[in-house]
Amino acid sequence: MKQIFTIVIFTENKIGLVNRITSLFTQRHINIESITASESEYSGIHRFTIVIEESHDLTVKVVKQIEKQVEVLKAFCFTDQETVYSEIALYKIQLTPDTDKEALMEMVRKNDAFVKELVGDFIIIEKTGKKQETHALFEALSPFGIQGFVRSGRVSLSKTYSTFSKHLQDLEAHSKDTIIIS
Amino acid sequence: MEAITKEDKKVITGAEATILSLLAEGTDMVFGYPGGAIMPIYDALYGYQKELRHILTRHEQGAIHAAQGFARISGRPGVVFATSGPGATNLITGLADAKIDSTPLVCITGQVASSLLGTDAFQETDIISLSMQATKWNIQITKAEDIPQAIAKAFYIATSGRPGPVLIDITKDAQFASLNYEYRKCTGFRSYNPKPAIDTEKVKAAAELINKAKKPYVLFGQGVILAHAEKELANFVEKTGIPAAWTLLGLSALPTDHPLNVGMLGMHGNYGPNKLTNECDVLIAVGMRFDDRVTGDLNRYAKQAKVIHLEIDPAEIDKNVQTNVAILGDAKASLKLLIEHCHANEHTEWLEEFEKLSAIEYDKVIASELNPSKLGLTMGEVIRRANEHTNGDAVVVTDVGQHQMVACRYAKFNKSKSNITSGGLGTMGFCLPAALGAKLAAPEREVIAVIGDGGFQMTIQELGTIFQTRAAVKIIILNNEFLGMVRQWQQLFFDKRYSSTELVNPDFVAIAKGFGIEASSVSERDGLDNAMKQMFDHDGPYLLEVMVEKEDNVFPMVPSGASVEDIRLE
Repeated sequence: MKQIFTIVIFTENKIGLVNRITSLFTQRHINIESITASESEYSGIHRFTIVIEESHDLTVKVVKQIEKQVEVLKAFCFTDQETVYSEIALYKIQLTPDTDKEALMEMVRKNDAFVKELVGDFIIIEKTGKKQETHALFEALSPFGIQGFVRSGRVSLSKTYSTFSKHLQDLEAHSKDTIIIS
Repeated sequence: MEAITKEDKKVITGAEATILSLLAEGTDMVFGYPGGAIMPIYDALYGYQKELRHILTRHEQGAIHAAQGFARISGRPGVVFATSGPGATNLITGLADAKIDSTPLVCITGQVASSLLGTDAFQETDIISLSMQATKWNIQITKAEDIPQAIAKAFYIATSGRPGPVLIDITKDAQFASLNYEYRKCTGFRSYNPKPAIDTEKVKAAAELINKAKKPYVLFGQGVILAHAEKELANFVEKTGIPAAWTLLGLSALPTDHPLNVGMLGMHGNYGPNKLTNECDVLIAVGMRFDDRVTGDLNRYAKQAKVIHLEIDPAEIDKNVQTNVAILGDAKASLKLLIEHCHANEHTEWLEEFEKLSAIEYDKVIASELNPSKLGLTMGEVIRRANEHTNGDAVVVTDVGQHQMVACRYAKFNKSKSNITSGGLGTMGFCLPAALGAKLAAPEREVIAVIGDGGFQMTIQELGTIFQTRAAVKIIILNNEFLGMVRQWQQLFFDKRYSSTELVNPDFVAIAKGFGIEASSVSERDGLDNAMKQMFDHDGPYLLEVMVEKEDNVFPMVPSGASVEDIRLE
C-alpha cells in the first residue's frame, strides 16, 4: 500500500550529489513530490528532505540505496505520524477597485495566513502549514484571482530523539576525514 | 615505487602529479587513448614509460574492457585514460559493466579548460552527469592541487567495500597548472564505511539454522572471489558437507571437480541446482545478489527455505529475496566466523538428490552436447576439447550469448580468478579486449577468449592492440552465423520469426591475418583437435574459427519469468 514518506538524508556538501540521489528515484519510476536541501544542525553537513508516495517495502529499499552512496552519511524514512512537518506557500493577488478587501483580509485571518508584502497593486500572502492547509487557502483565494502561487518543499523534523549524532560519532570513530575536494 | 614522502615534496604540474599518484598506488599498466584534453597527462606519461606501461587500444571501449579484464585477473584496479567528449562517453558501457559486476576501475578523463566549462566547447561533455549512474563515485577536478587527494580517494573507493568503477575528470588547465606535490594514501573518510563490523549474534543465528538443517544449500557469487575467501568457502562446505552451486561470476571460486560443487545456477545453469533451490530447507547465499537471471520468478523462489545472506553491500540485503538472517560484512571474515560456529556434518542423501538430477541432465543434454553423434560441431564439444588441452588451468574469457553459457557450463577450472565474463550487464564486445587485459595482467597464464561471431565484430578493432602488444591471447570464435541467443528466443518464444539475427560474416581468418595474427578455421570434427593443438602450440596470439551447428539451442533453460523449478531440459 502506498503512503507518504519523508526521507531525510544527511550528506557531505558535494557538488552533484543531488543528481546521484534523485536518479535512484528516477530508476524505479518514483515521483518526487517535493525536495528541499539545506544546512543541518551540524556544521558542513547538508540535509535533504524528500517526500514521496510509495509502499513501505520499496521506500526502505531506496533508502538503503541512497545510504550506500559515497558521501551520504545517513538516510532515514518517516511516516507523517512520525514527524512534525510544514511547507510555506506564497500567493499573489492583484488588487483592483472591485476587490473586496475586507473579505480578502478575513480569509487571510481565518486561514492563519498573513500579508507578507504589499507591492503596488499586488498583495503577497504567506501561509505556513501542511499541504492540505495551503491548498485550502488556494481554493479560498481563487475567487479573488490568484496571479501567482508557489509552495516550498517540505521541511520536517522527527518526533523522536535524533539518532544521527550517535551515528555521526560512530562514523567519525572510523575516520574524521571528510575529504571534500573543491 | 616507494610512496612519496614529505621530503620528496616538489613543485610539478597536475599532469605529472597524476602519473606520480598512480605510481604511488602501485599502478604499472594503464589502458587508454589520447586526445586534446588529456594531452598534458600523456606528455607527462612520456617521461615515465619505464614505470608505467601504456596500452594503446583502438577504441576507448576497448581500453575500459581491457582494464576490466586486467582487474578481474589480478585483483588490482584497472586504470584507464581517455580524452574529453567522445573519448569519455565511449567509456560509459564499460563503466556500467564494471559497476554491476563490482570491478574496481580508476578512469581518468581529460576535460576542457575550466574557463570553457558549460560553454559547449569543442569536445566538451558533462561526463560527471553522464557517468553518475555508472560509477561508484566520480569527481571533476579543476585545480591541480586537488589531483593527488582525488586519486588517493578514487583508489580507496574503487577497491574497498563492494568494489566498483570511479571516474576523475580533470580539466586541461588543472593538468597544466603547478602544485606542491605530496601523496598520502587514503585510509578512510567518515561518509563511507567499507568494512562493516560483523554481528556475531547473526553469525550464531545462522549457524543454528545450518546445524539443524536437513537439506542446506550454498549459493556463492563473485563476493567470494573479491574477498579472497575461496579457501574459507571450501573449508565451510567441507566441514558442513553442504552442496554448493555458483552464479556466473562465482564460477572458479571453487574448483569444478570439487565433490561439493554441484554446478551452475540460473537461466542456463544446471538442472539440479535450479530445481533443488525449491527443495532445500536452508539457503546460504554467499557474496551474491539474487539477480533475476538466477532467481527466475521471485514469488516462486525458495519460498520453503530459511534464507541466510552473507553480503557486504547493505542495499543488496532483502532487495530481491527476504532473508531470515543477514550477515553484513566481508565474505572472508563472515565465513571464518561461521565455520567456527557450525558443526561438522554430512548430507549424503541430500547430495544424492543433486547427483540423480545431474544424471538426468547428462542423459538429456550434456552427453549429446559434449559427444555429439550429429554431423555438425557443437559448442560444447569445442569447450571439452579446449579443456583437454588446458587441463582446467587456463583463464577463460567469454563474451555474451549462447557461447558464454556453454563455455561457463563446460569449461573446467582448477583455480580462482580464471573466469572472466560480462555477467550483470551482458555486454557484447566485452570478451576480446577483456582477454587482452587479462593476458597482459597474467602473461604466464594461458588466456582463451571464447567469442561468438556477433560479439567478436563489436570490438574487432582490438585485434590491432593484440597485434601491437603481441599479447598471446588464444581466440576461439564459435561461429554459427547467427546472433544465437536471440535466435534461440525467437525460435522458442517468437514463433521462429528470425528478425535481424542472421549474420553474413566476413572472412575472419583473412581479417586476423591482415592484423598479423595467425589464424585458421575448422568446420569438421576430424580437424578440431589438430586445429586446437596448432593454436595452443603457437607462440603468440592465434585466432581459431570453429564453424558450429547454426541452430543449436542452449539447454537447460529457465524461461524468462518462470520459476527455477520449471527448468526445461528440451
